[in-house]
Amino acid sequence: MQSPTIDPAKTALNYHQAHATDSHHAEHPDLRRFGLIMFLAAEGMIFLGLFGSYLAFRATMPTWPPAGTPELELLLPGVNTVILIASSFVMHNADTAIKKNDVVGMQTWLAFTAAMGGIFLVGQLYEYSHLEFGLTANLFASAFYVMTGFHGLHVFVGVSAIVAVLWRSRVTGHYSSEKHFGVEAAEIYWHFVDVVWIVLFGLLYLL
Amino acid sequence: MTQAQLQETANLPALAEEAGHRNWRDYFTFNTDHKVIGIQYLVTSFVFYCIGGVLADLVRTELRTPDSDFLNPELYNEVFTLHATIMIFLWVIPTGAGFANYLVPLMIGARDMAFPRLNAVAFWMIPPAGLLLIVSLLIGDAPEAGWTSYPPLSLVTGQVGEGIWIMSLLVLGTSSILGALNFLVTILKMRVPSMGVYQMPLFCWSMLATSALQLLATPVLASALILLAFDLLAGTTFFNPTGGGDPVVYQHMFWFYSHPAVYIMILPFFGLISEVIPIHSRKPVFGYTAIAYSSLAISFLGLIVWAHHMFTSGIPGWLRMFFMITTMIIAVPTGIKIFSWLATLWGGKLRLNSALLFAMGFVGTFVIGGISGVMLAAVPFDIHVHDTYFVVAHLHYVLFGGSVLGIFAGYYHWFPKITGRMMNEFWGRVHFALTIVGLNLTFLPMHKLGMEGMNRRIAMYDPKFTFLNEICTIGAYVLAVSTFPFIVNAIWSWMYGPKAGNNPWDALTLEWMTTSPPAIENFDELPVVATGPYDYGMGNRQTVQVPLSDEQEPVLAAGPKSILRADPDPAVAARPEDRH
Repeated sequence: MQSPTIDPAKTALNYHQAHATDSHHAEHPDLRRFGLIMFLAAEGMIFLGLFGSYLAFRATMPTWPPAGTPELELLLPGVNTVILIASSFVMHNADTAIKKNDVVGMQTWLAFTAAMGGIFLVGQLYEYSHLEFGLTANLFASAFYVMTGFHGLHVFVGVSAIVAVLWRSRVTGHYSSEKHFGVEAAEIYWHFVDVVWIVLFGLLYLL
Repeated sequence: MTQAQLQETANLPALAEEAGHRNWRDYFTFNTDHKVIGIQYLVTSFVFYCIGGVLADLVRTELRTPDSDFLNPELYNEVFTLHATIMIFLWVIPTGAGFANYLVPLMIGARDMAFPRLNAVAFWMIPPAGLLLIVSLLIGDAPEAGWTSYPPLSLVTGQVGEGIWIMSLLVLGTSSILGALNFLVTILKMRVPSMGVYQMPLFCWSMLATSALQLLATPVLASALILLAFDLLAGTTFFNPTGGGDPVVYQHMFWFYSHPAVYIMILPFFGLISEVIPIHSRKPVFGYTAIAYSSLAISFLGLIVWAHHMFTSGIPGWLRMFFMITTMIIAVPTGIKIFSWLATLWGGKLRLNSALLFAMGFVGTFVIGGISGVMLAAVPFDIHVHDTYFVVAHLHYVLFGGSVLGIFAGYYHWFPKITGRMMNEFWGRVHFALTIVGLNLTFLPMHKLGMEGMNRRIAMYDPKFTFLNEICTIGAYVLAVSTFPFIVNAIWSWMYGPKAGNNPWDALTLEWMTTSPPAIENFDELPVVATGPYDYGMGNRQTVQVPLSDEQEPVLAAGPKSILRADPDPAVAARPEDRH
């Protein structure tokens, strides 16, 4: 009985060694974006856990928010929401710019995005300092501070990522139309933070 | 030519010239090689297994007599809390990650994981988190609210211990999430071009299912722990009824992770068993697709059964019904696996070595745990035995009789690949015999204790339970003794055992197509999938003679089972519709 013929000499399809580098990123397709999306799926589940617990607390209490909770002011958080949503579109322009190899354009749009993120954070701190209830006032107050605070932490990380990309982009050629995963990653993260806020705003202020 | 020779011949070009022996210092540093990280995981978690085992024997020694005479009740609470936390989060879960780290890249023909540095980061979170827990015991303020840490109990048992427990678990959870992300990307994107999903070894399927659970369920535990930490440290009342909070919400969030965690702890070892059984039975695995899909089914169903832990927590009746039914349905995919393994063993040329013995022990004892699981799923029965030793018996039959026996099967099976040397067969069998006797002696009487109403988690009990408890305690000592033959055998074999060669078991999966231990970066060239992963005993069949779909590039042409083939071989095709 003959075995199928596989000539070892013919197995030299070798995409590995063609572009070998130290980091081996060139050896296989770039998986970083896929990895980041997986990470954000896990992050999303943390927020879903918090949202779920909020809805459960809401459902078990006879009145919600508990009696005696002052009404939330809508104007400032509303403006803040508009700024954050708009910043996602601003950020997208940075991505478009770097795809055309326009580094200065990218830097400009990124600077705007970071500034808008900063305004959001300052706005939130201002809101905190003018609220009439503290962290431990009641269940709603606690959930409000923990959820907006946890989201604010993510906004802070997003702004830091954008600033880091800006800092790196001062080296000529660090980002180009071919190679700009850093910009892309910061953008995906920023959109994620934005979407989470939309749900959070709906839950805490509107529902 | 047998299938193993065929596969080995096709992979000669990919074979590295020298085995990858490493300096011992590499294992103590931030190394990005998946094989180093795999060994780091396996050894670290085994150390924690020994620590958790000592704690278990302390618990059993206390329970030898009805009175609280060995440990004071508070220390007893701390010891069983740490025993459970360590065994779950520092032994079984990281050991699964360790095997996966070592094996997945080799099995799919990759040079490393998708994100090697992230991989190392995930590992190095584990030792500090484990040390935190151990230190808490030494400073005399260990967590003592059980591994479930239900509030309001966990809010009043000691702030320092509980805080340490939360911190440690958050770190371990992060490590688990980062590992899972890495496995998912690696399994989905890093396979050699000739390996479709149906050519993946079944261990990769089970890791796919496990990682999906880890990625989606662990973050919910993190949100529960964040809220619990606020209750504990900042004075909020999310889970504290005195301030209007609801402790049941914590239970929902906790079990949303911790029930899937049960599957995170068993699915990797289902995968290991699915490798070990066909190789040592010299038969193709029975029901490849059935085993693969049942892992995914368990993974999905595992997400919608959590409240069966809460039948006595005051949840509505219709919810009880829902969770009872979904829980019972899980027995179906699990049963499919059990019968597939039995059918694989049936009529095989069994090599009854330590690896296969442990694998068969796994199937046997796991079934007992599985059946008591279906009993516990039934609401009326669960209410009767809730929080009794029946539950303890059940969980140890699945976790010790299942996961731990699976881990040992994996150790014996892959030890030659990892170290390049064979383990001693005689002492392996001694280890197996002691383990099986010890495990049944320890956990079988607990079923009866539970049915008669002995409460878990309490240092003192009714004197009428003394006799059975003494048997349990003797069993626990046997289990402790059983570990020594293994430890000595492993260390001695690692240093002086006979050389294993590249493929001592005549296996077909790609990890055996490289040197033992595998060279750094595993393969010199892309390995070839010339046969299916479990085509044992098919060597003399004419049907293997199907021409390759691309003669020029065997790498792309693959074997008779490849989906890349223009014309799949009807006798061995992976998909039923290709067979006739």
